[in-house]
Amino acid sequence: MSVDAATVRRIAHLARIAVSEGEVPHLQGELNAMLAFVEQLSEVNVEGVEPMTSVTPMQMKKRQDVVDDGEIADDIVANAPATEGHFFLVPKVVE
Amino acid sequence: MTDLTSLTLAEARKGLADKTFTSLELTDAHLSAIEAARVLNAFVMETPEQARDMAKAVDEKIAKGDAGPLAGIPLGIKDLFATKGVRTTACSKILGNFVPTYESTITSQLWRDGAVMLGKLNNDEFAMGSANETSCFGPVGNPWRREGSNTTLVPGGSSGGSASAVAALLCMGATATDTGGSIRQPAAFTATVGIKPTYGRCSRWGIVAFASSLDQAGPIARSVRDAAMLLRSMAGHDPKDTTSVDIAVPDYEAAIGKSVKGMKIGIPKEYRLDGMPAEIEKLWSEGAAWLKAAGAELVEVSLPHTKYALPAYYIVAPAEASSNLARYDGVRYGLREQAKNIVELYENTRAEGFGAEVRRRVMIGTYVLSAGYYDAYYLRAQKVRTLIKKDFEDCFARGVDAILTPATPSAAFGIGEKGGADPVEMYLNDIFTVTVNMAGLPGIAVPAGKDAQGLPLGLQLIGRPFEEETLFSLGEVIEQAAGRFTPARWW
Repeated sequence: MSVDAATVRRIAHLARIAVSEGEVPHLQGELNAMLAFVEQLSEVNVEGVEPMTSVTPMQMKKRQDVVDDGEIADDIVANAPATEGHFFLVPKVVE
Repeated sequence: MTDLTSLTLAEARKGLADKTFTSLELTDAHLSAIEAARVLNAFVMETPEQARDMAKAVDEKIAKGDAGPLAGIPLGIKDLFATKGVRTTACSKILGNFVPTYESTITSQLWRDGAVMLGKLNNDEFAMGSANETSCFGPVGNPWRREGSNTTLVPGGSSGGSASAVAALLCMGATATDTGGSIRQPAAFTATVGIKPTYGRCSRWGIVAFASSLDQAGPIARSVRDAAMLLRSMAGHDPKDTTSVDIAVPDYEAAIGKSVKGMKIGIPKEYRLDGMPAEIEKLWSEGAAWLKAAGAELVEVSLPHTKYALPAYYIVAPAEASSNLARYDGVRYGLREQAKNIVELYENTRAEGFGAEVRRRVMIGTYVLSAGYYDAYYLRAQKVRTLIKKDFEDCFARGVDAILTPATPSAAFGIGEKGGADPVEMYLNDIFTVTVNMAGLPGIAVPAGKDAQGLPLGLQLIGRPFEEETLFSLGEVIEQAAGRFTPARWW
């Protein structure tokens, strides 16, 4: 399988990465090189094989349902590019 | 007194205990070495004041006889590890001047045991790369050069800063991370020892995530013993990482010098690639002969799905990366590009903040997870991953204790030499190491010789889950036979 220019633009939008028209052909070439490389997986017989979900067999750990952290709003917003009080600022979302 | 930077970690530990020198003296010697080696670009942030403060504090503890196992040892920290109050960027513009308000579990354990932080080390952006060329701080130089040449070579990646700094005697050891070979390949390129432990052995908490089912941290050091000492402090159960395993951490150092007599070593025939340089082939046979001479038994083994590991990796890893890197949105931390609406803010920030390799991987990951392609790519790759792991399980079920392979398909290459036209050319560097991440196994790279141009080459040993000790015992045999290698100083 390979991707066309429209698909490259669609993927870029899904990934929320702005891509200029000029970059599309180059990206298309690179993505297709990667897809050509992974194409060889189609020759593997995977019938009846379970997909791996965890590389080490282990019981899923569950935490106690208790509050053990918090009251650190200053820390949470410390690195934000724009804040007001303990809120993150973004451009207007709802008209 | 010999130059303090040329000591191994084990030797420095003795010198500190015997009060031959202080941690402050040892730390100052390394800070001077770092300053004189800036051309290597191994450090992206030096923290001399903090280093001296930590060294003084630990000197007082040593004087009181209350010193941890790494008391006074100066280390470098890969810039993927969150360090409280010290800028942490993953070498990406998108993290900008991110200053964590918390400390990664691994580094907090190193400080608990008395280690001293010299600074933060360069790496490929978000650990995506095999040459340390994708860092937003620029490439790292390998302290090794081809004989008679002054071309600067890459140190490998993604832990290129870690490997370069350890090889160039700028720190006594370094933290590193390995998603497809990022500890072992740079170790092989710089004649250092690097171990990627079993998935779950070290906590991933506070390490910038790349591909969470593959990422695992480990040390890069100048000897097998030094690596064992560092891993003991880095490993351990952490309730904050649900994939970290609650198994006691053994005294890895005790495995050094243990007899390997009667151990069964697998030689996988699928690792004998067409067109593999004769030097690598020779090194591999030599390594096998050393282990045999030490009493191990060699057996040919088959890992039939080996050739599919790298393609499956290039689906699984980008898929997980595209999900993990969704957090870089220009809102909560790091870079923000201005825009008139929220979607453009995301798109512009991510276009500006991510480098070319990261953008490429996030996009391919987005594609293989998207509706209509998930089954054909991602689900199939997850099934192939099961088969790759089964290959190893079958091999271990036959009584094989460890598997010996070359660490890399070539020695270090020049900056800008590979992957310019086709990204896959660069990816092939990890062909021998990536299988180990796909199966969650431990793997160690040990320097074993040099090529005709005088560049170091390494061998890799792959072990059963949580049997890092076997790797240290076998790695020590290779180290004893091959000797240790130090680059001639040119910087």
